[in-house]
Amino acid sequence: MNISQFTTEASDYAVKVDHLFYLESIISGLVVLLVSGLIIVFFALYYRGSSTPRGEVPERKSHEIEIGWTVATLFSFLFLFWWAASDQLTALAPPKQALEIHVVAKQWMWRFQHPSGAREIDELHVPAHTNVRLAMTSQDVIHDLYLPALRLKQDILPDRYTYEWFNATKTGIFHFTCAEFCGTDHSIMAGSLVIMTPEDYARWTAAQPEGDDLAHQGKALFHSLGCSGCHTPGSSVHAPDLHGVYGHVVHLSDGSTRVADEAYLRDCMLLPDTTRVAGFPPIMPNFTGAVDEGQIFELVAYIKSLSADQDAGAQE
Amino acid sequence: MTDVTLPFAPPLDAGGGSYLDEGHTILSWLTTTDHKRIAILYALSITLFFFIGGVAIGLVRLELISPTGLFLTSDEYNRLFTIHGIIMVWFFLVPSIPATMGNFILPMMIGAPDVAFPRLNLLSWYLYVGGAAFTVYVLLSGGVDTGWTFYPPFSSDYSHSNVIAAAAGVFVVGFSSIATGVNFLATIHMLRCPGMTWFRLPLFAWSMYVVSMVMVLATPVLAMSLLLISAERYFGLPIFDPRAGGDPLLFQHLFWFYSHPAVYIMILPAMGVVSEVFACFARRRVFGYGFMVFSLMTIGVVGFMVWGHHMFVAGQSPLANLVFSFLSFIVAVPSAIKVFNWTATLYRGHIGFEAPMIYALGFLGLFTIGGLTGLFLASVPIDIATTDSYFVVAHFHTIMVGGTVSAFMAGIHYWWPKVTGKLYNEFWAQFAAITMFLGFNVTFLPQFVMGWLGMPRRYHYYPDVFQIWHILSSGGAVILAVAYLMPLVYLTWSLFYGEKSPGNPWHATGLEWQTPSPPPKSNFLRPPRVNAEPYDYHDFGRAEETGDESRARPQGDAS
Amino acid sequence: MSDAAGALREPWPNLQLQRQGVGLGMWMFLASEVLFFAALFCGYAVYRSFNAEAFRIASAHTEIVYGSINTVLLLTSSLTMTVALRAATVQLRGLTLFCLAATAALGAAFLVCKGLEYHEDLKQHLFPGPHFPLSPPATQMFWGFYWIMTGIHAVHLTGGILVVLLVFTLFKRRTVPVQGSTMEGVAIYWHFVDSVWLVLYPLLYLAGRP
Repeated sequence: MNISQFTTEASDYAVKVDHLFYLESIISGLVVLLVSGLIIVFFALYYRGSSTPRGEVPERKSHEIEIGWTVATLFSFLFLFWWAASDQLTALAPPKQALEIHVVAKQWMWRFQHPSGAREIDELHVPAHTNVRLAMTSQDVIHDLYLPALRLKQDILPDRYTYEWFNATKTGIFHFTCAEFCGTDHSIMAGSLVIMTPEDYARWTAAQPEGDDLAHQGKALFHSLGCSGCHTPGSSVHAPDLHGVYGHVVHLSDGSTRVADEAYLRDCMLLPDTTRVAGFPPIMPNFTGAVDEGQIFELVAYIKSLSADQDAGAQE
Repeated sequence: MTDVTLPFAPPLDAGGGSYLDEGHTILSWLTTTDHKRIAILYALSITLFFFIGGVAIGLVRLELISPTGLFLTSDEYNRLFTIHGIIMVWFFLVPSIPATMGNFILPMMIGAPDVAFPRLNLLSWYLYVGGAAFTVYVLLSGGVDTGWTFYPPFSSDYSHSNVIAAAAGVFVVGFSSIATGVNFLATIHMLRCPGMTWFRLPLFAWSMYVVSMVMVLATPVLAMSLLLISAERYFGLPIFDPRAGGDPLLFQHLFWFYSHPAVYIMILPAMGVVSEVFACFARRRVFGYGFMVFSLMTIGVVGFMVWGHHMFVAGQSPLANLVFSFLSFIVAVPSAIKVFNWTATLYRGHIGFEAPMIYALGFLGLFTIGGLTGLFLASVPIDIATTDSYFVVAHFHTIMVGGTVSAFMAGIHYWWPKVTGKLYNEFWAQFAAITMFLGFNVTFLPQFVMGWLGMPRRYHYYPDVFQIWHILSSGGAVILAVAYLMPLVYLTWSLFYGEKSPGNPWHATGLEWQTPSPPPKSNFLRPPRVNAEPYDYHDFGRAEETGDESRARPQGDAS
Repeated sequence: MSDAAGALREPWPNLQLQRQGVGLGMWMFLASEVLFFAALFCGYAVYRSFNAEAFRIASAHTEIVYGSINTVLLLTSSLTMTVALRAATVQLRGLTLFCLAATAALGAAFLVCKGLEYHEDLKQHLFPGPHFPLSPPATQMFWGFYWIMTGIHAVHLTGGILVVLLVFTLFKRRTVPVQGSTMEGVAIYWHFVDSVWLVLYPLLYLAGRP
């Protein structure tokens, strides 16, 4: 391993972060030089017994000086905040169009699922120059996927999806680690981030043993678990039609609304009492224990694909 | 007042009866309600816990010399850094200055015969020592491996360690904090001697006031967080369980709502001490007294509003991140003001190089660096890259060790003659102070570097590219360890063989110095009266040309 | 006169200042207690906003009769405590002692009632765990908070009762004079414990009832 697997600026965002770091380092350096310089000078001039003439000292209320450096400090800090916040905000919203990779963290390993269906353990292949969005959940405690070369990390919680997204600009093999203490083997819960050209990634994906992509696997589950028994237009059971549901607002039976994102769909399967749509009977079974995180994500991928089909006007 | 009293009263002859003469049995110490004796009880116990916590991290740093470890299993390693964090935060740093110097010096500084509730004071020590001893027992017999932060679900559902027992010990010690805070607040409000108005209070007294407020208001939230974790773990109540509608983030919010003000509990007293030391050893008023008081209060208040900066990557909303980032920048402003004011205090002074001054200077430099690195962490993009890495570890150690421990040492040395009536050996003290400063930098500067490079924290094994930094850091830790042992030796030596101290060896102006060293049980020989501002080391508008000690006017008279 | 001298403690210069000091100290301690309960109530409030429906369902199963009786008991005990404090200030020793005893008794009655209520709750398996009868799952969250909130309140109340009994004994044996600063501190604390209940009661018992 070499240090460049951590320190390479593997995206434009990483470059921005480094620039902010250098800016703050320079400002900090100047402040430290100023303060320590003054201290050294004062000591040299004013040690007890030195003959330097002392003369006037600032008056009891030296307000001008105080207000002066208070304001200067305040404005410098506000400037830094503004710079940092702009960087934060531009990197904020994950783009709509992104390659979505599912991440499951558990003590003490990482599982990645590509939309093509490819699965990886402790290794993550991604294409460069592509928006990549990681949808992450934990099977046990809080973990954190730390990608040093991308200057990114995000905590991963159980029963919830959290996200990181990036657009890598450099290819290579980099390091990732867990960055939230998770027990005995926290320090070896790591792996390699392999950034490839888009062509190489496509080749790599095609060469993976898994056959169906996530949506197809999800469709198979949708039938084998009995979801299609209720959630198809011709069913005798009154259940919400899932075509086009992903990404839209849903009105729940308690009057509140939610956006039907991955988290909502996951809650539908595991916490059906909290996600009941208004006007529908409370008969959705609870699938806790019957599906694992990977299967949930496949089902979610399938339901998302229903929206796509809807938009394209295709029949399902 | 027109009376002119000799400011530096000669010491009483032996047998004049100091507080140390009131009973020589252990029982007399264990049942004392004298704030001075209680302060010494605290000093002895926190020193013990400091060294236990130090041994724990010594083992950790030794282990980290090799990227694949030397002699510890991962479970042992995880327990060791948890021990270190719990002991150092709650059994050393939080009580350190308030329970020792606050207890001993504060009443004397304001002209009071004792704290407001002496028996509560003794109870607070028993709560502290009982809770801490229990926790250390728990930590050593099986241990806890959750880190001092106790995050669920790991701590509530997954850890196979003595979480509840450790939490219970910390819970009990929390009450010691609250009791001390209540005591100090009542003391400062109600027992100031005649003439000691609010704006004549020395800055150390102000720092005790603000820190007491924070202790009283923040500690109970910690208590509740620990109680909820224990309830979840012991009774199986699903408090932070998402499957029952709960959220692990609630714990983090509650925990950090305390733990951020806690770091201000750790630094505010240090700031108070350092103000006293700079004034005395530069023979200058503290520059900008009013702004210094205002800054202390602002830090105390705004410190309650920034806890979310520990959770930028935890899963809270981007808006929350923005708000907490902004407030974190704001809370740094009063600290910066204080740094400038301390520096300005040196201007045209008559600066000595005694050990307290060296420690105070170490504080000034290291607090500045530590505080500046806080700005890095307040910037969300940098924090995303560096949180949970050694950058954060270096940041908080710079402030807590470089800052608070340096100030603690400054105060110990400054008030040592007052407390013990003995003078410590100045050469060894200066040597230790400089060694500590150097050792600190060798230990922690490499940690800033490796944190930025990508070295995560709480890691037993690590990628070998970081080894050189770890070796440097561990080497520095050895130097630090030696530097911490030195005061133990020469201070103890001074108790037996040290030169006897005059009442006011530093010619300081504080009221606590206008009484014999060591003081009588009632603190003063006659009821004190304050008639001057604090730090009256020179005429207004003029610095003395010669630093003539007799110019320093005491704040009042009491002997 | 001798009573007054006995009441004065170090380091206070006079009794009036001591009383003020004890009052101030007790209020500050209460500030910490307020934060303690506030953290708990904050958790409750957050979860209730996430799971409004489930909390309504769960709250409907609380024993409102027991809860209401307890409310009356505590409010009455605050009355007796107030009378005790006033009596102490004007040195009506007998009345002070009687009211202190009554306060303790009412507090104890509250605990007995609470115990019966807990028994009832446990009979219905309203403790989060495998036999919990309600759904959706967030009803367990409500009940988890119910046990913790009422339990911690009961602990505080028990502490209060013990202190009241201790003070009663000290007064009875004339170890401590009645008109000192002790009564004030005890009374402030007791009223606080009552106030916590007055917040608990609607949060737990009335949430699910129209």
